Formats: sequence, C-alpha cells, structure tokens
Amino acid sequence: MKLSDIISSATSNMFRSKVRTGLTILAIFIGAFTITLTVGISSGVTTYLDKQVSNVGAKNVLIIRRKVEVNMSNVLKKYEPDQKSNSAQAALLSAMLNDSDVAKIKTQSDLSNFYAVSAVSPSYISGTNGDKYQVATQPFIDGSQFELITGKLVSGKDAQSEILLPSVMVSGLGFSSNDDAIGKTVEFGIKTPAGVMKTVSAVITGVQQESLITQGGVFVNIPLQTKLLAIQYEGAPVEIAHRYIGVTAEFDSALSKDEVKTIKNSLADKGYLANTVEDQIGIIKQIIDAITYVLIFFGCIALLAASIGIVNTLFMSVQERTKEIGLMKAMGMSRIKVFLLFSVEAMMLGFWGSLLGALAAIGVGRIANNIASDTFLKDLPGFALTDFPVLYVAAIIFVVMLIAFLAGTLPSRRAANQDPIEALRYE
Amino acid sequence: MNSVVGVKSLNKIYGKNDSAFAALKDINIDIKHGESVAIVGKSGSGKSTLMHLLALLDSPTDGEIIINGKKSSKLSRREKDILRNKQFGFVFQQFFLNANNTVLDNVILPLKIAGIGRRERNARGLQALNDVELGSKANNKANNLSGGEKQRVVIARALINNPSIIFADEPTGNLDSVTGEKIEEILFSLNKNKNITLIIVTHDHELAGRCGRQIRMKDGMIVEGEK
Repeated sequence: MKLSDIISSATSNMFRSKVRTGLTILAIFIGAFTITLTVGISSGVTTYLDKQVSNVGAKNVLIIRRKVEVNMSNVLKKYEPDQKSNSAQAALLSAMLNDSDVAKIKTQSDLSNFYAVSAVSPSYISGTNGDKYQVATQPFIDGSQFELITGKLVSGKDAQSEILLPSVMVSGLGFSSNDDAIGKTVEFGIKTPAGVMKTVSAVITGVQQESLITQGGVFVNIPLQTKLLAIQYEGAPVEIAHRYIGVTAEFDSALSKDEVKTIKNSLADKGYLANTVEDQIGIIKQIIDAITYVLIFFGCIALLAASIGIVNTLFMSVQERTKEIGLMKAMGMSRIKVFLLFSVEAMMLGFWGSLLGALAAIGVGRIANNIASDTFLKDLPGFALTDFPVLYVAAIIFVVMLIAFLAGTLPSRRAANQDPIEALRYE
Repeated sequence: MNSVVGVKSLNKIYGKNDSAFAALKDINIDIKHGESVAIVGKSGSGKSTLMHLLALLDSPTDGEIIINGKKSSKLSRREKDILRNKQFGFVFQQFFLNANNTVLDNVILPLKIAGIGRRERNARGLQALNDVELGSKANNKANNLSGGEKQRVVIARALINNPSIIFADEPTGNLDSVTGEKIEEILFSLNKNKNITLIIVTHDHELAGRCGRQIRMKDGMIVEGEK
C-alpha cells in the first residue's frame, strides 16, 4: 500500500465513528490549546522584555546599590554606633550611599565612568500652557538608549539642561503634537530645604515611548540633574546632600558574563548589590517563566489524559475492524503497513487536535491582544500580550503528533500482530 | 500440465504435549494448473485447515507446500504476502466486505494493498465488476446489496489481480439455491475461460460434484481423491 493510500485510508477510518473521534480530538484540543496559549503569552512577554532591554542599550552599565538585609525578627538588638540600623523602616534610609561608599565603589577594578545617582524630587513640571503636573525624574546615564517617538537623546555633561519627555505628558503640557514639543522649553519647580519654591527650565530634545523601564518618568540630563540637586539641598549639610540611591558604572562590553559576575561578586563582598538592566528585567522574566512552566505542565497533564483517550479509541477501532484487518492481511498486506495504518490514524488525531487547539489559542490570543491594548496595556505601546512564532506552533503540533504516535503504537501493534485466520473467524 | 499447488507429507498439530491435536495427518496433494478441486468433509474434518495452509495463511507443523514450484518454507513473510496478493483470490462465505465503503472501493482493495495507482485500480475495478455484471453498482454502498450481489462483488475482488488460484470457502453457503447457482456458474466459467485453478471448500455435494476432482477428508486425513 502506498503511503498516500495509507494516509487517506487512515483519514477515512478516523471519521467512521464521528462522535468518538470528535471527543478524542477535543481532549487533545484542550491540551494543545493550553500549551499554545501559554507559550504565546510567554513569548509575547519575553519578546517585549527583550525589546525593552535592547532599547535601553546600555548593556554594559551596572547599577550598584547597598545590599540591605531587612531584619524581620522581633529580637531586640543592641545599638552599635558603626552599624546601620536594619529595621524595615530604617532600611530605606540606610540603603542610601554616602561619599565613603562611593569612594569604596570607585576602587572596584574593571569599572569606569562612575556616577552617583541622587534622588531628586521636583514639585512640578509645567509647559507652554502653564498647567502644573506632578513629575518624577531620573538622570539620563550616558550610553543609555531609548526608543524615541521623535527627536534625539539628551546630551551629556557640559551641555544645557535637556530632558526626554514621555509621550503621555505631551498634550497635558500644552503641546499640539510630539513633534511640536521638540525644542520647546519646560519649567521644573523644586523646593529648597527651607521651603522656598525655585524654578529651572530645560529644553525637550526627544519624546520617548512608554515602557517598563521609563515608568512614566522624565529623563533629565546630568547638567539639569546637578542644578535640581543644588536647589534641593541648598544650604543643607553634606551628610544630607551627599546621599545617593546608587552608583552607575560602565564595564567593558567585551567582558564575558563570568567576568561581569566576578565584578558583581567583588562588590557583593564589599556589601553592595550590582545589577545590569538585564538582571533587573531578568527577575520579571523568571516569574513569567515560572508561570509558563506551571501552565505548560498542566497542558501536558491534559495531553497525557488525551493520549490515554487515543489508546482507548484506537483499541476500540482495532477491535471493530478485526475482520477487516484479517482480510487485508490475507490479501497480502504486510505487518508494517497494518501498523502504519493505525499509527497514521493516531497521528491524524494528534494533528487535528493540536492544529485546532493551536488555531483556537491564536484566535483567543489575538482577541486578548486587542482587548489588552485598549485597556490595561494602553500605557505600554508596542506590547503584544501574546505572540505566536510559527516555529513554536509547528513544534507544538509536531510534539503532539509524536505523543499521539507513541500512544498509538500499542493498538497498532495489536492490529499488526493479528493472525488473519483468527481475525476472519472473529465474531 | 504443471502443478500449481503441491503438498508433501503435511502435518498440522495444534497445541502441545497432552493437549496436542492433529488437525491434518500426512497429507499429500498435487493440483494441476486449471483444475477445479473440491475439498469436502464434515466440519472438523480438517478441510478448512487444509485450505488455510494451501493459501499460506497458516504454517504447517511439518511437511512442505509447493506453490508454482516454490517451497513455502523457503519464502519470507514478505514473499508470502506478495504471493497471496498477486497469485491468490479469496472468496469467503461471509463475504467480508467493508459495509460503509463503495462497491468499487471494496473490489480494488487488493490493488490498493499492492500499491497500484488510483486511476489504474479504478479502471481495473470497473472491469472486474463488469465481469460479474455489477458495473452499474460500482458507486453503491456495499451494505445496500443483496446477498448474491455481495458474493459477486467478492468474486470481482478475488479476480482483480488476475490470480492463478481462487480459494473459495463455502462460496454458496449463505445464498439461496438460485443465486448460489449463479455464483457457481461464474466460478466455473472463470475456471474454464481464464484457466484459473479453483479450490473450493464445501459440504454442498452438488457444488462438489461440478468440480473436476473431489478430495474427501475425514479426521484430518484424505480418504478419497488423492493419496
């Protein structure tokens, strides 16, 4: 029997008992649907996160903070002048770095371009229309890169005050469009420790896309950061003014992962936690991966149950067609062809179940994408909740067919081993 | 004339040791090309077992079956499959048609197994159906045929590979005398016109009487016809 005839015979045999076939396919469908949708979501999120990391671009920047161990126990601890308090409340304050910390960090080899980041809290930002809005700022570290909707990145040291504006703020500040905002001036209001409000102006050089990393903040260049800090700590003692949330530093991008790890470990020994942007996003990735594995595991359980369904269906099919098998064997059909006839039927069940399951998952994923981008993902443009690479879907279908084939070997073997005389006599 | 089926001191024993049962004892037969042979005997006489062995559906405990000069013990499983597919035609008492398939699909099954292309096998299938005057029913469901028609379909299926031997197991057993008569006529005309060797297992004396030779069996031995 030719392979094409085996496939067409197996297909028509499959549809002989429509309800039974339908139910078996449904069982496979559920497993394949779960796995495809899970993989789709995981792939969508991962793709987005990867894009975020590559957007930032500064892959060779380490963000160094104090390693803080929060003491959650209720044990009373003695005061020691040299030791920072580590109660939960004090943890935030003590997590700040001071000048001696920065000096210590700067001794770390293989790092350059250190920049101690202070927290700046301007009171408001206002644009051409004079409306004032709350604002959060982050210093722009040289070498960072963002996906800009329009304009260019801010310049570094020794330049005028420049900012990157998130797209959500454009219309509120009175600009007619993203392009309109470029080159325009905004004003920051910031209070001195004495409570006097002072203003600093800055030029918008670019409008940036919302993303996980920008988190709705305005990126200010170093000259502006310095000016804002000067007002924020005007007249304050050095112990207060020279507090930093972290230090950024660059390493040679040619360094291997292990070499970077050595740097991190060396800093960890000194009591500092060093992460790349990738590391920080990696934590989100790990959570997503964990959820993915759990869901795929459930999908696999569904597939396992479905494969038992395949075994059952095919055993019944072999039983019903005992005489037919006997006849075909009497007429010279070889064992291997009889085996193939039933295995192909099993694979067909797997194929249709997984194909329909995958298509349904893709359909649901598309609908979910549309809903999500209109609602809770509105502020994260460019984020498709689900993403179905053809290769993944093909791999899922292939694996399900393989499972179906393996499940089918048992009944197929029984069919292949039938004695034609016994089979023809079977009532 | 050449011998198509030869059997030498054939024994078939079912079971082992105490429960051993000799279904066939020292059988010797020689059937020439174009002969029509009836194997007759009561049920349990071993006639069906003999036919299964002759058709290579079963293997003897000892002895030799020679088909067209070839010893069956020297044939591989695959060679036996091909031999059954190309040289043998089977007609069964219970028809064994696939009820849900069309008449044509049933008839071409041996060609499908042989791996012959769709166009050729359909053409040959229609030819075989015309030979049994059922060409007009080619696309009917096999289930919708009368008993006589079904047996004619079975004969068409047995004919389609241009076999040299047709094995018929009680071909008229399920039919009334008129339709049975018609089936007999078809079988004997094939024997006469196409020179196909006919081996019929039956306990119908009339049918056996029309055959050129009768091999009468009793308790696993040939009591008449050939030693």
